[in-house]
Amino acid sequence: MSRNLLELQNITKSYDGQLILDDLTLDIHENSFVTFLGPSGCGKTTTLRIIGGFEKPDKGRVLFDGKDITNLPANKRQLNTVFQKYALFPHMSIEDNIAFGLRIKNKTDAYIKDKIKYALKLVNLDGFEKRSIDSLSGGQQQRIAIARAIVNEPRLLLLDEPLGALDLKLRQEMQYELIRLKNELGITFIYVTHDQEEALTMSDYVVVMNQGYIQQAGSPEQIYNEPENAFVADFIGDSNIVPGIMVEDYHVRIFGADFKCVDAGFGNNKPVDVVIRPEDLEIIDDDDPRAILHGEMTHIIFKGEIYEMECTTPDGFEWLIHSTELHEPGKKVGLYVKPSNIQVMNKPESEDEEALGVEE
Amino acid sequence: MEKLKSALSNCYLSLIVLFMYAPIATLVVLSFNSGRSRAQWSGFTTDWYVAMWADETIMAALRNTVIIAFLSAFVATVLGTLAAIAINNMKPVSKNIIMSITNVPMLNADIVTGISLMLCFIAFRISLGFHTILMAHITFNLPYVILSVMPKVRQASKETYEAALDLGATPFQAFLTVVLPELMPGVTSGFMLAFTMSLDDFIITHFTRGAGIDTISTLVYSQVRKGISPTMYALSTVIFLTVFIVLMIGNYAPEWAKKRKRTV
Ligand SMILES: Nc1ncnc2c1ncn2[C@@H]1O[C@H](COP(=O)(O)OP(=O)(O)OP(=O)(O)O)[C@@H](O)[C@H]1O
Ligand SMILES: [Mg+2]
Repeated sequence: MSRNLLELQNITKSYDGQLILDDLTLDIHENSFVTFLGPSGCGKTTTLRIIGGFEKPDKGRVLFDGKDITNLPANKRQLNTVFQKYALFPHMSIEDNIAFGLRIKNKTDAYIKDKIKYALKLVNLDGFEKRSIDSLSGGQQQRIAIARAIVNEPRLLLLDEPLGALDLKLRQEMQYELIRLKNELGITFIYVTHDQEEALTMSDYVVVMNQGYIQQAGSPEQIYNEPENAFVADFIGDSNIVPGIMVEDYHVRIFGADFKCVDAGFGNNKPVDVVIRPEDLEIIDDDDPRAILHGEMTHIIFKGEIYEMECTTPDGFEWLIHSTELHEPGKKVGLYVKPSNIQVMNKPESEDEEALGVEE
Repeated sequence: MEKLKSALSNCYLSLIVLFMYAPIATLVVLSFNSGRSRAQWSGFTTDWYVAMWADETIMAALRNTVIIAFLSAFVATVLGTLAAIAINNMKPVSKNIIMSITNVPMLNADIVTGISLMLCFIAFRISLGFHTILMAHITFNLPYVILSVMPKVRQASKETYEAALDLGATPFQAFLTVVLPELMPGVTSGFMLAFTMSLDDFIITHFTRGAGIDTISTLVYSQVRKGISPTMYALSTVIFLTVFIVLMIGNYAPEWAKKRKRTV
């Protein structure tokens, strides 16, 4: 495991008496691509501003390379930011915007010229050197903001929803470019997004936040396959989240039906939440002996690669199912789930934890 | 009908312009009149302008006026810009209080401002002269600068300043390279306004000048009492033109700059 480039220790921050970040602790490894994922207003930008030096935490420390930088001014930190609102300099040409950081560092003109060219090529805007900022579209401005930050080759790059204004195709291209850039330059990325797909495809490490808490941090696979609570499960893609009873180890009961699972250690007869991903529900014949649940197909949407269907069980729950096979509404079917595809989670116990959960 | 309407409105406009500029036009015409009479045209001459150039008291007054206008506008612009930034960073309540406090002197009658400044100088045993005029002008110019810079400060984004810091600029560098250019239109119009306000002030200068120093306005005033010479018409014409040109630049310079930027 590589060493920590950045450490956030017990960061707490409130605005006007309202708690925005609550005791946030996080290590960021050198050369990793870390994504902060969470709904609007959960404190992602605030966290970046604390790392960037624009905001002081009320409590806690920020360590960079092992050194405490909590009180170091922003201009002395070895990192650069791509701001959510671009923050380009409107009275300067694109060229001057990109050169700004390099000129401050007294680089030679030849070096600066080279860098500008390289950066513009990278963001697909060759030849835009002399254009003015207000002649650019939102997406183009966003890419200039990226170019302006990366020419400085910081050790840590903070990106606050940097692809938000781009269309899908350009977005995917830029995602690819950013990853390539990260590998090429050996820059550590902290990337903010509220797009879960973007988070899962790009990152080595995903930090799911809600209301100032870290809900779960881990690899994209861990976050997707083993969500620790209902919020994470719900936020990361579609899923069926149902209440259940952990009868004993490897045995969970949902709506009176008994499922085998691979989870253990919850105790006996404990209430739990169970997540089943829509692609993990298998539709089989109603009289198939493997069927654990029985229901009736009620709804169907064609989604391109798959059909998104709903199956209603007698208890009234509508199960979301993704499959390439079509099952017409009205058909009686059986449902089966592999034990390894059942994810059992602790129910929130205290009221405090409850507050983190999903509001339905 | 429509035609009549537009003819009437044009007529009205012309009348207004005529009334506003007729006195000044008279002055300009008389400044080229070779006779001393105010009622009779006796031929074209530029003698009065020549005489004006040659008159040491007039030239000294002119120098004083311009130097005071320039210095007071400059100092007021620097102080006013910094003040506007500071005020904008205050909490809303103190911001409102400070803004009303700075606005009051503008509404105050000049004569009150003039007399109170004079009393203040005397109370602090500051002898009246060039420096007291300068201080007085800086004082009454300040609110005008603050008022014209304030909207720009409010518009200026905190984000670009932070972006400059992020790219390694010190707060001072960030201010010079990023914040100031954004404020510049407000700063120049503040400077122009202050410059013209200072240029044509009479009352406050009158009370704060002390003996032995004159600006154009105080000089004209004392000459009028002795019986006015046509050199004064020439001088007034020059002053009018100067103010007119400065105001034009102040009003149109930002637009010219914008146009030039667009074509580049
Ligand atoms: N300067 C401030 N003063 C008061 N409240 C603030 C300030 N900055 C942020 N907040 C509040 O802090 C909370 C978190 O804001 P933040 O900008 O970090 O959210 P975010 O996760 O970046 O959201 P988004 O995805 O919409 O950008 C919000 O409720 C916001 O209103
Ligand atoms: Mg944000």
